Amino acid sequence: MIDRISELRAEAEAAIAGVGASAELENLRVRYLGRKAELPNLLRGVAGLAPEQRGPTGKAANEARQALEARIAERSGELEAAELDARLLSDTVDVTLPGEPARPVGRLHLLTATRREIEDVFLGLGFRIAEGPEVETVYYNFDALNHSPTHPARGRTDTFYVADDVVLRTHTSPMQVRSMEAQPPPLYVIVPGRTYRRDSDATHTPQFHQIEGLAVDEDITLADLKGTLLAFARAVFGEEREVRLRPHFFPFTEPSVEVDVSCFMAHTRERCRVCKDTGWVEILGSGMVDPNVFAHVREYGYDPERIQGFAFGLGIERIAMLKHGVPDLRLLYDNDVRFLEQFG
Amino acid sequence: MRLPLEWLHDYCSPGLEAGELATRLAMTGTEVDRVLHHGVGELDAFVVGRVLAAEAHPDADRLTVCRVAIGEGAETQIVCGAPNVAAGQTVAVARPGAVLPDGTKLRKARLRGVESDGMILAEDELGIGIEHAGIMVLAEDSLQAGQPLAGVLPIATPVLELEITPNRPDCLGIYGVAREVHAATAAPLAPPPWSEDPGSFDGDVPCEVVVEAGDLCPRFVARAFTGVTIAPSPPWLKARLMAAGQRPINNVVDITNYVMVLTGQPLHAFDLDAIAGARLIVRRAGDREQLVTLDGQTRVLDPAVCLIADGDGPASIAGVMGGARSEVSPGTTRVLMEAASWVGANILATSSRLGLRSEASARFEKGLAPEQALEAQAVATRLMLELCGAKLVPGTIDIGGAGADPQLVRLRDARVGGLLGVDIARSESALHLQRLGFGVTERSDGLDVAIPPHRRNDVTREADLIEEVARLHGMDDELPATLPSRRGAVGVLTREQRLRRRAEDALTAAGLHEIVGWSFEAPGRDDVLRLAPGDPRRRRVVLENPMSEDQSVMRTTLLGSLLDAAGLNAARGQGAPGLFESGAVYLAGGGPLPCEHHALGALVPGDVLAAKAHLEAVLAALRVEAAFTAAPQPFLHPGRSARVDLAHAPGAQLGWLGDVHPLVARAWDLDVVAAFEVDLGALLTHASAVPAYEDLTSYPELRQDIAVVVDTAVPAAAVLAAVRAAGGKLLGRAEVFDVYTGAQIAAGRKSLAVALAFRAPDRTLTDEDAAPVRERIVARLAEALGGELRG
Ligand SMILES: [Zn+2]
Repeated sequence: MIDRISELRAEAEAAIAGVGASAELENLRVRYLGRKAELPNLLRGVAGLAPEQRGPTGKAANEARQALEARIAERSGELEAAELDARLLSDTVDVTLPGEPARPVGRLHLLTATRREIEDVFLGLGFRIAEGPEVETVYYNFDALNHSPTHPARGRTDTFYVADDVVLRTHTSPMQVRSMEAQPPPLYVIVPGRTYRRDSDATHTPQFHQIEGLAVDEDITLADLKGTLLAFARAVFGEEREVRLRPHFFPFTEPSVEVDVSCFMAHTRERCRVCKDTGWVEILGSGMVDPNVFAHVREYGYDPERIQGFAFGLGIERIAMLKHGVPDLRLLYDNDVRFLEQFG
Repeated sequence: MRLPLEWLHDYCSPGLEAGELATRLAMTGTEVDRVLHHGVGELDAFVVGRVLAAEAHPDADRLTVCRVAIGEGAETQIVCGAPNVAAGQTVAVARPGAVLPDGTKLRKARLRGVESDGMILAEDELGIGIEHAGIMVLAEDSLQAGQPLAGVLPIATPVLELEITPNRPDCLGIYGVAREVHAATAAPLAPPPWSEDPGSFDGDVPCEVVVEAGDLCPRFVARAFTGVTIAPSPPWLKARLMAAGQRPINNVVDITNYVMVLTGQPLHAFDLDAIAGARLIVRRAGDREQLVTLDGQTRVLDPAVCLIADGDGPASIAGVMGGARSEVSPGTTRVLMEAASWVGANILATSSRLGLRSEASARFEKGLAPEQALEAQAVATRLMLELCGAKLVPGTIDIGGAGADPQLVRLRDARVGGLLGVDIARSESALHLQRLGFGVTERSDGLDVAIPPHRRNDVTREADLIEEVARLHGMDDELPATLPSRRGAVGVLTREQRLRRRAEDALTAAGLHEIVGWSFEAPGRDDVLRLAPGDPRRRRVVLENPMSEDQSVMRTTLLGSLLDAAGLNAARGQGAPGLFESGAVYLAGGGPLPCEHHALGALVPGDVLAAKAHLEAVLAALRVEAAFTAAPQPFLHPGRSARVDLAHAPGAQLGWLGDVHPLVARAWDLDVVAAFEVDLGALLTHASAVPAYEDLTSYPELRQDIAVVVDTAVPAAAVLAAVRAAGGKLLGRAEVFDVYTGAQIAAGRKSLAVALAFRAPDRTLTDEDAAPVRERIVARLAEALGGELRG
């Protein structure tokens, strides 16, 4: 009897090991362990055996049954895993098809993206951001900025007038005086915004964007201006950049300088379209705030004998076009999506 | 201002290549637009020649075959087309290889079968004059055949095109720039060309000058010349004028232009015999007084205009343009040379009002020093005597005299270093200033600086002197790059700036592209947008001097900009992309300045709900709850538009949204598009920038859906309002998630599916807890809106 049990167990174990599919395994389970199978019948017949045989035979049959059940479960796991693998391998998708549903990405306009980039540089340098009216008084736009009564920029050929004493601001500089009226020194502020001049050609549009900068304290120097603009130039155009100050003239700064940044293009044999092979690109105008400007805000804590500062004004369009190689200013105002999608 | 270096070198010759000089000038404050070459190229190919023989060409009437000596016994054959060529002449010859001013390279040629080995030149072919009728015949006395032509005539020179800033009219003359070059390079500076004045101050000038408008004419200097012979100027003078961009006319007029270019001071030569009554009066014009200017136009004047009149009336507009009547002519023998100072502001006003700008007015308008008038007169006197065979009538009319005595400005050493961030020795400052013509006296704390007349208007304060020192000291390696001490300065975005970025980012995240539109538009847009006569958006800020009618008023809504961009893209075959703009709109009135507010608007393909989904993305990003109420806008579809209010402050309108009215869309050739616009500034003030924590996770919410059937006209918002009102504290959220009309619903009715979420802060709710609330909701819907539960 016990021999028969061993025989059955060995036979079943061999069959289980050899089975290739879950369905066949179920057949084996029925054949060896099912209600009508020999092994369970043997087990049921143990009661009829001689008492001294019951123990060993029952034990052997039980062991055999448990072992076979374990083997079947184990084999079943193996087969299912193999079958899942086979099923997954045959279930393929062309992963080179586009994602679905599409999640189109919108873009900030290049001018906004550039403005934010510059804002972030100056935020890091300790400047806050101020904003002011685009329709501005002649006082803030010209008078308080030391423009002589005959300065050509005041002319109706250059500046849009809304009334005799109201213009579309020609620069973001009016906010210099407005900011100083609003807060005593030390003052560190930049002013992004729309500006207007009566100009229209490939390099001028009647509407454009500037960022003004103003730093005023007791000890702000021209060297500080240079360092600040160097930090700006490196952040925007690359860490290898240098800046160069060229003396110039603006009514509301003294000394006044134009600022060049070293060319950031790879120079090959062809003439550089950015710097015309001079190695330098003009990016902005700046200087030390003219004492006459402080004189307009003396009562707000700006005594020109006690405080000094620098100011600068840069064109966002120019920075954006230089940095991204945009050849024509007017592209920025067409708002053709094929342009918009490239930036931001 | 064109600076021929050949001319500059008379006064300061720094021994630099043109490009090097340009860089040095640029780095010390004189901007150089371009470096040009004026005149011919390949100088070796230009020589003095002597015509040995001139014979008619065998096959051409107008050509002459010349044998020309070109030095060291060499001869060459040149076929010449000029009528005046003749044996014995000393001429200018270009040999093969020569490059003419227009860039043509000369080669050997055959003219009608006869070999020609060069060219005998007319002065225009050399760029030293405008004469083309015949070849230039050189004064023969000391010239040798074969001598380099460049040694005889200034036939080539580099020219720097300078951009002189408006504060530096002293640099509008060659000598003024020479002074600047001297300061920038330390090369020696020759004495000024006016240092020796051949004129006299004793004697009677045979013309009376009366300055009635002394407030407009600080100085008037005149001298008279007799025995004048009007003739062409000598080649060297013509050549210099050409290089400086002036056209030679005759010796007297050329002298006025030459002196102007050299000294910066314009002059005017009158034919003394044409001055009616031998009397000039400087006065304001009468109202509507007329004058025919040299360009042949009749000018109508007014009392703001200063003019020079003689016995017959106005003779010239002072400082701007002369009149035809007293002009120097070929028969002139007596000349009154005038050099005057005019008030710059008045000249600028006159020339812009008359639309008349001249070389003279461009200089006067910047404000010249009275001293320059006499300086120019001195140079002109010398040239009149040397070049016109003239005799000077003793005496000088000088009304007004020199300007104020030099101002003294203290330059403190400490301020120099304090403002620049680099210390500069007092001795160095003194050196720079002296080279620029300032007087310098040492004081205990710095320098007392005397301002010379040519810088009187520009340099008046210590800061101005510091600029002079700084630019000559150098700002390149000489100036360190440091950062401010930033005392108390913290860079941070304001709440509004941070939230504005978030709102814009919400729209890009939703797939919209940002545009930047024009702030100006056409006035007719009011009608295109169907704005009613009283619509506040018709309160336009109007430009007094627009560049065009299409850009003559400021926008009062972003919708026009959005439609422009959408229309352009559609017309270019780009379909209808979703677009938004974040920018200002302008409403006139309410004070000296218009009301500007920052608006956020979008235009999307699809209908009002597509627009609303985008607005909701913004509102969600900002955590603002808005209420939407059906309401018309003139430019929107009347049945598919809404006003947007704050949920908790109805009446404070934030904006609108809806389908764009088909007639408006059609004006831009667009199909169905929808739009919204909100006052972003107002919206941001209600944004929840710092949300407070609410416990939503400790106890799960109990979710149930109901479907309620109501009349089609009942808005979903009314259903939700009823649900919320009845739901009380236990109702956490209620949202419409489906609308159904159709076979199973009665006509004129619709079914709204509403998701309810019940929640308590202190326990997990059961169906038994929710049941009475749900009953209240159902009852309320029935009572208030005639709603019935479906199914
Ligand atoms: Zn380059």
